[in-house]
Amino acid sequence: MAITSRGFSGRRTAADVKLPPGQYLTTDFPVLSAGPTPRVPLEQWEFTLDEGSEVLRRWNWKSFRDLPSETLAADLHCVTRWSKLGTSWEGVSLDTILGDVKTDASYALVRSYGGYTTNLPLKDLLNKQAWIAFRFDGRDLEPEHGGPARLLVPHLYLWKSAKWVNGITLMNHDKPGFWESLGYHNYGDPWREQRYSGE
Amino acid sequence: MWRVGTVVALNDETETARTLKLEVLDWPGHVAGQHVDVRLTASDGYSAVRSYSIASEPNSKGRFEITVERLANGEVSPYLTQNVAIGDQLELRGPIGGWFVWRPQQTEPIQLIAGGSGIVPLMAMIRSRISAGGTASFRLLYSVREPRALFYRDELQTLSNHDSPLKLTYAYTRATPKDWPRPPGRIDAALIANATWPSNLGPTCYVCGPTSFVETVAGFLAGLRNSPDKIRTERFGPTGDRK
Repeated sequence: MAITSRGFSGRRTAADVKLPPGQYLTTDFPVLSAGPTPRVPLEQWEFTLDEGSEVLRRWNWKSFRDLPSETLAADLHCVTRWSKLGTSWEGVSLDTILGDVKTDASYALVRSYGGYTTNLPLKDLLNKQAWIAFRFDGRDLEPEHGGPARLLVPHLYLWKSAKWVNGITLMNHDKPGFWESLGYHNYGDPWREQRYSGE
Repeated sequence: MWRVGTVVALNDETETARTLKLEVLDWPGHVAGQHVDVRLTASDGYSAVRSYSIASEPNSKGRFEITVERLANGEVSPYLTQNVAIGDQLELRGPIGGWFVWRPQQTEPIQLIAGGSGIVPLMAMIRSRISAGGTASFRLLYSVREPRALFYRDELQTLSNHDSPLKLTYAYTRATPKDWPRPPGRIDAALIANATWPSNLGPTCYVCGPTSFVETVAGFLAGLRNSPDKIRTERFGPTGDRK
């Protein structure tokens, strides 16, 4: 049973009922990153899909942008407790990226420029659940929000949506990524409030 | 796991920021730089949670401090800075965070750069360094609007006046003390180059403040050839309600 905070009434809005537990609504777009923002020129950008030492697919910016893309609306939930609803994006579905790849892997480690990593089950990247996004709100994605391109997996806390993404490693065994090694939950479902390890 | 903490002391740092000293009997201890979640619950069960950086050094006494800056449109910070009284109980979870931390085993030079209330987790690192002893040399570059917006003013002054492992540089953005050599202005590349450790000494840099501040400063540090993996950042946006 929670302790009642004497004299606290809070500031609630009708929209709060649609939010996962412990989240509050924001209309701006806060930035959270562990280090400096990498600046990646488009002519140097590349994205590789590998299975350990074996590279399965490789794209440069042009061949990546030649892939069919889609627009989508997504609700974002950050582990630091803000949520932003109905954001609009354009990106390439991971179903397209992984489409004709034959693999026995069950897990994925997503890699970024700057050394960031995050892990998730491969099935969470499939079936219209994940995109490599390059436009936000009708504009090219800004570096501080992950541009040129970031992963977008809106059904998990936003740290799983790796910014400045440059590849995915498919794995038979799960391997914790950056925040997953530093006290955050391995899976990160906002609706089950899986913020920190041990929850 | 939520724990119950009791407010045992309050101290105003500025007109808008207050330090709360909390006692938590089963507190597991923290590392400098970590934060804690604070949950407030209204009488009808509605609750709101925000994260606040811990300001105090690690100890085994089950006590720690947070410093909270009151945000004009905040939901939790006005309560913590204006309504809370000594003896009140708050629900707490943590400590949280394993990246933006300083541990006494670190021996490399340490560069701290704070923007406004971003000083809070960096103060925990300074206090941790002082209480643990050791050999690490610290530099702090503290950017603040004006002199009266400084947190921990007397303590920092004392620390930097003595033969201290801390070298302190203030940068004022709107108003300076009398006869201050540098006119008010934001931190620029020249100030970073003059007031921070040379990158060839391999410092670890901790930068905390508003998003635009951290973006700019981290960019300057990288431009001075500090390795990106030695630049650790913590940012709070306009609605982050952090610290």
